[in-house]
Amino acid sequence: MEKLIWSFLIGGAICAVGQIMMDVFRMTPAHTMTTLVVAGAILGGLGLYEPLIEFAGAGATTPISNFGNSLYKGAMAEAEVHGLIGVLTGIFELTSSGISAAIIFGFIASLIFKPKG
Amino acid sequence: MHKKKKTSPVQKDYQILAKKKEPKRNVILNVIRAFVFGGFVCFIAQLLQFAFINYFGFEESQAGNPATAILIMLSALLTGLGVYDHIAQWAGAGSAVPIIGFANSLASAAIEHRSEGYVLGVGGNMFKIAGPVIVFGTFSAFIVSIIKLLVQAIGG
Repeated sequence: MEKLIWSFLIGGAICAVGQIMMDVFRMTPAHTMTTLVVAGAILGGLGLYEPLIEFAGAGATTPISNFGNSLYKGAMAEAEVHGLIGVLTGIFELTSSGISAAIIFGFIASLIFKPKG
Repeated sequence: MHKKKKTSPVQKDYQILAKKKEPKRNVILNVIRAFVFGGFVCFIAQLLQFAFINYFGFEESQAGNPATAILIMLSALLTGLGVYDHIAQWAGAGSAVPIIGFANSLASAAIEHRSEGYVLGVGGNMFKIAGPVIVFGTFSAFIVSIIKLLVQAIGG
């Protein structure tokens, strides 16, 4: 149950970093998200993101930075089996569920709901 | 980003004026809100993961995916109902940084452009905000992977 507390603290901390980027450095939400994704991929490459996930669970997998890490992880997992071409075939392997769920439910939402305001 | 472009004195005056009139951001309060809401979302995600591990027999390393999918579904629903806007207003980055912000950006762009038709409106604009995230994420992951493979090839 300790993991619940850590997921709250670490997840919250990553969001706080995002808020500082938006407020102090005046970045748009899109720039903030993009920067965090790139940071996630780099941290993944340095081998620092995986220990964070082990430690904080969903606190590290829910923020968008994990998207970058997952892209990297998928690419490397396939690369180990198929070599260089595996980078291309594996890059979306782990993020597939997130992207497809977002597309499918986003599209359904556009079928059902009308714009508000 | 043309920071070095020369500005005329009138433009400079305007910039100073605009800066003065801009509402002050309460950075500390915003950061606390982002922390609390972002942490709360991750807390829920962790609860969902535990539920998938304990009741649906998922392995610990696999449980993240279904938990994320549920959060994304909820996010699309809240976006459609117009609730997400209010949450985002309060939580700022706390609602943008977790994966639900990614889902929200897709769903809100899709809903907003449906009047332009489904193919060009919904299909064409869905990735307006999420697109850069995918493009830069994929490209940086590609570069990092290539570097890692090179280092491995040289080192071992």
